[in-house]
Amino acid sequence: MAEFTLPPNSRVKKGRLFSAQPGAENVRRFVIYRYDPDSGENPRMDTYEVDTSSCGPMVLDALIKIKNEIDPTLTFRRSCREGICGSCAMNIGGTNTLACTQATTDLRGDVKIYPLPHMPVVKDLVPDLTHFYTQYASIKPWLQTRTPAPTDHERLQSKHDQEKINSPSACILCACCSTSCPSYWWNSDRFLGPAALLAAYRWLVDTRDDAKAERLDNLEGTFRLYRCHTIMNCTNACPKDLNPAKAIAEIKKTLAVR
Amino acid sequence: MPETKRPLSPHLGIYSWAVSNTLSILHRMTGVALSVGTLALLSWIVAAAAGETAYNSVLYVLSGPLGLLILLGFSASLFYHLGNGIRHLCWDAGLGFAKNFARLSGLFTLLAAIIATALYWLGFFA
Repeated sequence: MAEFTLPPNSRVKKGRLFSAQPGAENVRRFVIYRYDPDSGENPRMDTYEVDTSSCGPMVLDALIKIKNEIDPTLTFRRSCREGICGSCAMNIGGTNTLACTQATTDLRGDVKIYPLPHMPVVKDLVPDLTHFYTQYASIKPWLQTRTPAPTDHERLQSKHDQEKINSPSACILCACCSTSCPSYWWNSDRFLGPAALLAAYRWLVDTRDDAKAERLDNLEGTFRLYRCHTIMNCTNACPKDLNPAKAIAEIKKTLAVR
Repeated sequence: MPETKRPLSPHLGIYSWAVSNTLSILHRMTGVALSVGTLALLSWIVAAAAGETAYNSVLYVLSGPLGLLILLGFSASLFYHLGNGIRHLCWDAGLGFAKNFARLSGLFTLLAAIIATALYWLGFFA
């Protein structure tokens, strides 16, 4: 049965306010989830007043500014700062997205930032993605072939066949989709979630892959695939504008006609 | 890593409501309402079989303000669940997944359910 409330050790308390420097002009408030594993205390929401006139346009710019200038203990993942690594996935203004591609000016009011929802928190905005990666590995995200490889060239594809995998291959595994999905929240122990299923779809439609039957067998059952109820949070959240919900529907269709 | 139990990040309470997820939970809720409402319908049929006194008392409750409200909710649930069920059938056929289209089809389904319920009750009282 789904647990709709947070366990006692996860309830979020009020935190500190870091006021802006006197004379700051365009002050924007960032209300950020903090959890320090060493203190043993419950998570809290700290408020940082940031002068946006001396800050880059994206939420990640503000986070880096806070870490550099206001509170060096603030912890978050980031790397590429251009939406291709997926490290800075978090819940911003109620929706999962990448901090590096989310403009602060596109958000209204105080900017509320949480880690990806319904995940074990390592520290502050850093969730533990071990289970998410295990699920990704479970769909065997690599080419499986039976036929011998051509001796003089690679396994070639037509342009049309390549187009089938173009979009699902663009997934950066940021986990925005899976952690936006209520079905994943309640059943992540058995439901694979949109990210792993989109990856499964990517290999199912790859014309070079010979393990289609085994891949489909692996997705059968009441939970692994079929906990998707087309809530569409995944597709709405995807920062790469991919469509996991449609990919899942296509897998269901393939299973139905097999 | 310390052996302390990691907290669970907030989920339901912080995630923003959009057309898609609101209508999804509404589909589930109207489904439950229809299951429970069928019991009310059943009580009407059982009462008819049980005799005039039983039938009259059930009819009295159902035609009272509370009874009418329940029937209104039941019919609205039926029309919404029916419309959204068709939407789900389209999805099962792989159709209608574009972000904007899914949003519009949801709003259209909601509007259609409201109009159907209104027409039904207007016909009822005409």
